[in-house]
Amino acid sequence: MDVLTLSRLQFAVATYFHFLFVPLTLGLSLLVAIMETMYVKTGDEEYKRITKFWGKLFLINFAIGIVTGITLEFQFGTNWSRYSVFMGDIFGSLLAIEATLAFFMESTFIAVWVFGWERLSKKMHAAAIWMVFIGSNISAFWILTANAWMQHPVGYSLNNGRAELASFLDVITNPYAFLKFFHQLPAAYTVGGFFVMGISAWHILRKSNVGFFKKSFRLAAAFTLIFAVVVVITGHLSGEEVAKYQPAKLAAMESLWNTEKPAGMNLLVIPDPAHERNSFEALKIPHLLSILAHYTPDAEVKGLKAFPKDERPPVTPVFFAFRIMVGIGFLMILLALFAWRWQDKIENYPKFMKILVWAIPLPYLAIELGWTVAEVGRQPWIVYGLMKTSKAVSTAISTPQVATSLIAFTLVYTLLGIADFYLLFTFARKGPKEN
Amino acid sequence: MPLYAKNDTEKRMIFNAMGPFWDGNEVWLITAGGATFAAFPKTYAVMFSTLYTPLLMILFALILRGVAFEFRSKIENPGWRKIWDWCLIVGSFFPALLFGVAFANIFKGIPFDAQGMFHGNLFTLLNPYGLAGGLFFLFFFFMHGALWASVKTTGMPADRAKNAASKLWVVVLILAVIFLVYSKFATSLYNNYIAHPIMFIIPLIAVVALITVRVFIAKASWWKAWFASCVTIVAVTYFGLGGIFPNLYPSSLDPAASLNIYNSASTQGTLKIMFIVVLLCIPFVIAYQIWHYITLRHPVDEDIIHDEEAY
Ligand code: HDD
Ligand code: HEM
Ligand code: HEM
Repeated sequence: MDVLTLSRLQFAVATYFHFLFVPLTLGLSLLVAIMETMYVKTGDEEYKRITKFWGKLFLINFAIGIVTGITLEFQFGTNWSRYSVFMGDIFGSLLAIEATLAFFMESTFIAVWVFGWERLSKKMHAAAIWMVFIGSNISAFWILTANAWMQHPVGYSLNNGRAELASFLDVITNPYAFLKFFHQLPAAYTVGGFFVMGISAWHILRKSNVGFFKKSFRLAAAFTLIFAVVVVITGHLSGEEVAKYQPAKLAAMESLWNTEKPAGMNLLVIPDPAHERNSFEALKIPHLLSILAHYTPDAEVKGLKAFPKDERPPVTPVFFAFRIMVGIGFLMILLALFAWRWQDKIENYPKFMKILVWAIPLPYLAIELGWTVAEVGRQPWIVYGLMKTSKAVSTAISTPQVATSLIAFTLVYTLLGIADFYLLFTFARKGPKEN
Repeated sequence: MPLYAKNDTEKRMIFNAMGPFWDGNEVWLITAGGATFAAFPKTYAVMFSTLYTPLLMILFALILRGVAFEFRSKIENPGWRKIWDWCLIVGSFFPALLFGVAFANIFKGIPFDAQGMFHGNLFTLLNPYGLAGGLFFLFFFFMHGALWASVKTTGMPADRAKNAASKLWVVVLILAVIFLVYSKFATSLYNNYIAHPIMFIIPLIAVVALITVRVFIAKASWWKAWFASCVTIVAVTYFGLGGIFPNLYPSSLDPAASLNIYNSASTQGTLKIMFIVVLLCIPFVIAYQIWHYITLRHPVDEDIIHDEEAY
């Protein structure tokens, strides 16, 4: 394998792994902040125990989010140095702003929060966790803006063999970034919601600390429902955005080979990229794709064959990732709806609670698949329309070097992941500390 | 750490002395990386790809180190705890050493050409001058850590750390002298200083600060000693930057390939934005980090381990 393939694999390993932990950080920090606010407002000691219990799980998860982020930040330089030279003027500043604005905030206030229970007033202490929440969302904003620029570059001009900043305002008001933010964050909040509901259900099923976990469950149920709905709405809007700016990705998401006007949508499809066709198609709904992508029943939707072969993304992974993400999106709304309806007498629905325990991984899966759609679907471009991934990889590094580091990443991350999930399981099962 | 803590309680005191601070400090490192990327993308790109192996070693070390804090005390099993003790040790040892090696080599110049190709390997970097830098950094950070442990712990670990700090100071002094003198022969760091003698004030501050450390150690003013040690670190960094200026990442093969602040900078627009962001944000960051240090300034004692939040 060459440096390019290895670097891509390494980047994929590192980001997928980072993103196993990030969504729970984003979602649970909001929930814990809400819990502690309830404590400050009501003075109910049970809310303090609730805050501490979920806070502990939050911290176990948070640690890995942080350490795996650091490698990502440096990988642009180590493995994608030509990309960094080409894009640094714009992309580098976004990363640097993220660090100054967000990372300091997160890392400082989390320490104060953990160790400040006895040293700060209740209000100040609750404010600290809100600062952590705000910090992590600011961080998400900047990194998503950076990523959106790669999907849909704006506000630049090509000079001196690189993309130079022409309008900072255009870069940070990129509509693509806006949608990413409002699709990504609610998605992360649902991860937190299902996490709290699932673990609470597990304890209620075993009749341990029922009062405590019903309270937690109720906090999470409405929360999850709201954000599950928002995810689907903004997901649909993202689809329109893709149709506008990245027609090849849209064609891959739908495995549409021939340009159609009007375009329908097959509910069941199995792509066959080798023959540039689908080996199976069924349940076609006419006009649906035209309407979804362009709001007009007769709009034209370009097929994959309209693009040169070397500018088509890999169809199979993009297609299946997209379908499963969307499926999970609707399933999540359904589950959250029942959870919310039954929140006061949830103990009467043991079967449903069991489902909720098993539903914890669903939003995780959808999130990883979502990134697969966005990132694999962007290929072969690293910056859409401007730079190909194959032109971005560093020249100074050699195959053995990257092979070694890839193996090291895989090994270290696997072990860390096992240790982290083991701790999460142990502490989630143990339940809260008795008074 | 194994030097100051003999049993589990004492080890936990050390972990808790560092625990609340490591991440805030690590973010300075991330920001340094990010700021280089933003202001001098080409330097960032060439530096990080040519130093691929040592940099990734540092990153892995930092990963293990960070996780060690959060994980170690969660499970009461000696084997589990031993694993994370080692992660902390390895995770602290390598970055200190390798940063020293890397900086020394940058002062000297790195063998890369105009295409950004690297002509060497990890062992090229481990040359005598690189190692001198590495050892200097390593022992300096040992001392700095011992001072921090003196401030932030009580009882036996603090006593051992205080004792270690004053001994380490001597070693640091010797290594510092070796490094400074060696720099004269191995690098052209001093050219700038000879051209502009006023700049000698920077190494002078470093030397004075280092001596002040010893003075405060003698007076048992541990916070002040630690602070003087911080000043030394900053001054040494500026000494290096001042020496290679206007270069940022000199090449030892082809001076024309060296990256300097002119040929690798971002556009005016980007630099302006970065400047504004830094100007607006860093004072806040410093303010709340000082608040953070003050809020958590108390030394940890043996009772800490009964606290459910403790590491
Ligand atoms: C949508 C959100 C999101 C996305 C797409 C990414 N991250 Fe991230 N990152 C976070 C959201 C986040 C976070 C929630 O803000 C974390 C998790 C834990 C934490 O402390 O902050 C974080 C931590 C984190 C840290 C450690 C900060 C610290 O030490 O406190 C770094 C250096 C990065 N990230 C860098 C990256 C890079 C270079 C990415 C792109 C490839 C990336 N992240 C994707
Ligand atoms: C955190 C969620 C993310 C995930 C799960 C993710 C996943 C991936 C995957 C799987 C690839 C490989 C695609 C392929 O090679 O076919 C990739 C490529 C890439 N992504 Fe992301 N990504 C994420 C976020 C980001 C962000 C926020 C950025 C930029 C700020 C980014 C920048 C890149 C770059 C530079 C590549 C090129 C390397 C390559 O093609 O493999 N990614 N990403
Ligand atoms: C009916 C439901 C959904 C639709 C129509 C939808 C649509 C989309 C589209 C079109 C993209 C690609 C954007 C791009 O290429 O830039 C995307 C990306 C993504 N989706 Fe979804 N999605 C849905 C549900 C979900 C759910 C339930 C989750 C997770 C809980 C999720 C998480 C993500 C993530 C993390 C990304 C990558 C980030 C981004 O590009 O915004 N999506 N989604």
